[in-house]
Amino acid sequence: MSSRLSHGGRFTNPSKRLEFRFNGKRLQGVEGDTLASALLANGQMLVGRSFKYHRPRGIVASGPEEPNALVNLGAGARFEPNQRATTTELFDGLVARSQNHWPSLEFDVGVINARLSRFLPAGFYYKMFIHPRPLWKHLYEPFIRQSAGLGQAPKEPDADGYEHLYAHVDVLVVGGGIAGLQAALAAGRAGAEVLLIEQSPHWGGRAPVDGVMIDGEEAGDWVNDALQALGKMTNVTLRDRCMGAGIYDHGYVLCYERLTDHDPDAEGPRHRLWRVRTGRVVTATGAIERPLSFAGNDLPGVMLASAVRDYIVNYGVSPGDRTVLVTNNDDAYRTALAVHEAGLTVSGIVDARAAPEGPLVQAAQEAGIAIHAGRAVAKVKGMRRVTGVALSAQAGEGAVLAEIPCDVVAMSGGWSPVVHLWSHAGGKLIWDDASAAFRPDAARAPTGADGAGFVIASGCANGAFEASAVLADAFEAGARAAAEVGATGDPGKAATAEAPEEEPLQPVWMMPEGASAALRRKAWLDYQNDVKVSDVELAAREGFESVEHTKRYTTLGMATDQGKLSNINGLAVLSQALGEDIPNVGTTTFRPPYTPISMGAIGGEARGELFQPLRRTPIHGWHEAHGAHWEPVGHWRRPYCFPRDGESVADAVTREIRQTRDSLGLLDASTLGKILVQGPDAGRFLDMLYTNMMSSLKPGRCRYGLMCSENGFLIDDGVVARLSDDAFLCHTTTGGADRIHGHMEEWLQTEWWDWKVWTVNLTEQYAQIAVVGPNARKALEKLGGMDVSAEALSFMGWAEGELGGIPARVFRISFSGELSFEIAVPAGRGLEFWERLLEAGAEFGVMPYGTEALHVMRAEKGFIMIGDETDGTVIPQDLGLHWAISKKKDDFLGKRAQERSHMTDPARWRLVGLETVDGSVLPDGAYAVAEGLNATGQRNVQGRVTSTYYSPTLDRGIAMGLVLNGPDRIGEVIAFPTIGGAPVAARIVNPVFYDPDGEKQNV
Amino acid sequence: MSEVTVSEAGPRGMVTIRGDLGEIGRIVAGIAGTAVPATGRVESAGARAFAWMSPDEALLMLPPDELAEVLGALNAALAEHHALAVDVSDARVIFRLNGPGWRDVLARLTPADLRPAAFGAGVFRRTRLAQVAAAFWLPEAQVAELLCFRSVGDYVRDLLENAAAAGPIGPRPD
Amino acid sequence: MLTLTCPYCGVAACETELAPGGEAHLERFGPGSSDADFEAYLFLRQNPHGVHIERWRHAMGCGKWFHAVRDTVTMEVFGTYPAQTYGPPEEIVAKVRERHPDWQVPEGGA
Repeated sequence: MSSRLSHGGRFTNPSKRLEFRFNGKRLQGVEGDTLASALLANGQMLVGRSFKYHRPRGIVASGPEEPNALVNLGAGARFEPNQRATTTELFDGLVARSQNHWPSLEFDVGVINARLSRFLPAGFYYKMFIHPRPLWKHLYEPFIRQSAGLGQAPKEPDADGYEHLYAHVDVLVVGGGIAGLQAALAAGRAGAEVLLIEQSPHWGGRAPVDGVMIDGEEAGDWVNDALQALGKMTNVTLRDRCMGAGIYDHGYVLCYERLTDHDPDAEGPRHRLWRVRTGRVVTATGAIERPLSFAGNDLPGVMLASAVRDYIVNYGVSPGDRTVLVTNNDDAYRTALAVHEAGLTVSGIVDARAAPEGPLVQAAQEAGIAIHAGRAVAKVKGMRRVTGVALSAQAGEGAVLAEIPCDVVAMSGGWSPVVHLWSHAGGKLIWDDASAAFRPDAARAPTGADGAGFVIASGCANGAFEASAVLADAFEAGARAAAEVGATGDPGKAATAEAPEEEPLQPVWMMPEGASAALRRKAWLDYQNDVKVSDVELAAREGFESVEHTKRYTTLGMATDQGKLSNINGLAVLSQALGEDIPNVGTTTFRPPYTPISMGAIGGEARGELFQPLRRTPIHGWHEAHGAHWEPVGHWRRPYCFPRDGESVADAVTREIRQTRDSLGLLDASTLGKILVQGPDAGRFLDMLYTNMMSSLKPGRCRYGLMCSENGFLIDDGVVARLSDDAFLCHTTTGGADRIHGHMEEWLQTEWWDWKVWTVNLTEQYAQIAVVGPNARKALEKLGGMDVSAEALSFMGWAEGELGGIPARVFRISFSGELSFEIAVPAGRGLEFWERLLEAGAEFGVMPYGTEALHVMRAEKGFIMIGDETDGTVIPQDLGLHWAISKKKDDFLGKRAQERSHMTDPARWRLVGLETVDGSVLPDGAYAVAEGLNATGQRNVQGRVTSTYYSPTLDRGIAMGLVLNGPDRIGEVIAFPTIGGAPVAARIVNPVFYDPDGEKQNV
Repeated sequence: MSEVTVSEAGPRGMVTIRGDLGEIGRIVAGIAGTAVPATGRVESAGARAFAWMSPDEALLMLPPDELAEVLGALNAALAEHHALAVDVSDARVIFRLNGPGWRDVLARLTPADLRPAAFGAGVFRRTRLAQVAAAFWLPEAQVAELLCFRSVGDYVRDLLENAAAAGPIGPRPD
Repeated sequence: MLTLTCPYCGVAACETELAPGGEAHLERFGPGSSDADFEAYLFLRQNPHGVHIERWRHAMGCGKWFHAVRDTVTMEVFGTYPAQTYGPPEEIVAKVRERHPDWQVPEGGA
């Protein structure tokens, strides 16, 4: 049993007790515990089940590399799955549940998969679920969905807040161990602006645990001195609980700060995502210990040797009374000595090396610890946790020579530098034979805007493992980073350390070397995803020679820990199976984030009301107060209609249309784009932009125009008013304002930069209101002011003046077919003007109408709508808009493209009106079918519906559509199949359903 | 708890000027009564400010009751040049961030470098605020003013208030 | 996430303040041009693994279009310059040639 030691740990305060719950059980921990140390202190070694075989899983590590101890943390609106117990700081009231088991952690039905493990090898899912195809939908997919994923998805909206923070620094140092501190000291002293971050709440990393002496004092004291010195530097910022998550191009780094995870009731955001721009990054991210591959290495009680040491020294927790060390290196002897010094029993050190020696080995011998040199663990004994180990010769096949009873197996296969951040932006690695690990290749660093490397690896993360080498390397890194960003101060001197000399490790990728197939099937590489040595070997046999393919075939390293423990061991096994050197096989790609970060932090402030900008017209508040039923249009929200009490949306639309056609309606058209185009070359410029001629427009007049891309396709339409000889006001669609302004500026700046034209986007300067209906003029005349008579202001004219004392520009244009005035007033007076119009129109029963009435009325008139009749593949000719395409102009944007053979093909789909034979409303987007099948066996089609509505004016369904040779087929009836219903028959008709001669608008 | 207050600045007259500022900058400055702003900067005199928006665009800010006269003078003075001046007073809104923590508020929302060396008095920084375009400058000590389009005024106010409510970045309370 | 310095306003702009515009110095082909020229103008791009001249707009800023010469592999930026020109300035070409002695300014329009 694991238990709490009486002497306490470096991080823990035994006098402050904390209550928490695990799987409903009430347990106690102490201040400074992680959830993992508190679980161990309560004898809870079993913490979860593996993904595939539901094998029992115990705590393996003490840091972010932990693959097993994942819990559902919290409840309700603060529930979060897959939280690592090893990086979860304990707080009073914490609630955690273990994952991936049913009905309980101790008795799990899914464990049957483990019995079947021989039949569930690598690639099982790919092989099994392919055939027969019909079983996929109802059998395989539900089964896979049921078993997919760890933990549960949260069900309530997150109760916490999150934020982003942009920071600009000269040097970012990632990692607050002695390397990071030393690098920050050097860079800070040199005068660079430094941000130093540490993922845990504790500075100093492993050195204090390992008993290193620095500059003559204990590492812990040196760390405190360094923190004090850094704290006094105004150019240095320190953040703990802040992890370097990812490095991107040009010195962009994401850091993930956990502000209140350890104190959930504290004020302020829970997580902060730092979006850092830095000149240089020093990665001082340390190293991660590798497991050893031996049979039964996944049983609860098998832990990393460094983790055993951490739990004893840092948390005052014993992982078990009797520990066996398994190692191929000297560092594990530190754990043996720590276990021994804690008064616990070291039942032996199993060292794969034939003749281990050196000061650490000697110290173990002096402590009376038995060393089994040249030996391997043949297998671990035990069912749900370790009860002992069987030893064999490392050089052999696993014949058992002896058995040692124990509760804990502490393993060390050597250390791998944490090269993730180095690799994110393209840093390359080299294989280091001495430490049997990949480390950053300084000659192939990720390069930045200046062409030089912008990431500098240091300390253990750079493959410098011995403490003095760590400090020298980190000093060099910090000083270099500062110098490269232009800091000229004196970086000072590197600290020096004393630590016992270590003998080289012996690479061990399988224990014992010649282990039988049966043992290899029990030797785990990836604990979370249940990938074993035998699976990787099978993948190699089946031809998955690329490490990236093997990863995906076996799922090695694809779990939430992303292979932090399994990666190197797995590719070593693969390279052996392929008979290749490890560096030739290479690594999989390291991608951000280093460990998972919360979705909340990624979103930052962008949630709820702030999820995206909501653009409001000056009249938005009125619409809201008057029950508008909203329609999102770009970032705007426009009233779709204004339903009255008890009225349906459809009835409201019908009422608004009837009242507008019969008397008077008002539309808030403020969202329409309004772009001023001015200068001696303005006419020439607009002639290039629009398909029709704009330069011939007279001041005081308006003209409808079409805009195409250089590819020939329609991109926008709207009315252009000529304000003066050299000034035009171009109206765009609601969604087009910014886009078309950008389009204009692009051509002016990059192609016709010698043309004398200025543009100003005036969209938001004006509120624009359409006053529509037979009584429109009367209503305006009631307001008083400028002359709006047919004589003074004819159809397609505009005039400037005052209406009701408000400065106004009035355009006599109509998108409804009725007598219509579109009136622009300063935005700040828009609401006032709207209310004045309602007052003046009261005697005519004025009604505001929404976008749906607008759409129906324009469709009744056969007017196209960008985005309905066009979809990026439609040219004006398809829409029968030949009249708006100038034949006099040599050139306009899109003209050349419209001459291409496909564009001039007579057999294109063209715009027509569609009337259902039975008067019903066609489904939107429905296709008209033709005879025969196409090459892929689907029905041929000959057209589609682009707009479809119930027309209150005609009391029947009307539609517009693009139909093959449509205008030549007026009167023909074609069929539109519907989903789950009978085909609808519709007659091809002229698209102008209402007032084809325009008598109503021109009065 | 916030050490920054967010408020909407009162109505302000605004004029967009297009034209080569190398050619017309002095004419505009003469009418505005300010110096000509250098690239990326704003010059002010009393309640008037002349901001550089691009090599051929400027924004004049002034009390609303002075707008008509200034706009008239500009139109007259610029008539002989390829240039324009147009009233945009209603197109934008201006917010004020008042308090020593203004930098922490903006740093949550903009990728712009706010370090004193990059952003100090006189700089007129056009950039992004969360998801919309904005510009900000420092009219007086501990005060930042921020300009955005009118339609996103509510969004920007909510952004600023939300960021201000989160308090200082500095060392955490524990 | 690139940082490019706008040559008009001098701001070191974050990629999120910029809008990309693809390959620079394309020659426009209009009415009367051959199908091949027009196709090349609209669709054919260099897409180099190495030095590239790109168009960017300082969209969340001064609104100006500019050109950037950069290495798409190493991310090195050799320089930025205003868009009102038919090719990169000599000093930027010289900077590219320090790294790639044989580099030639590509012909416009592919």
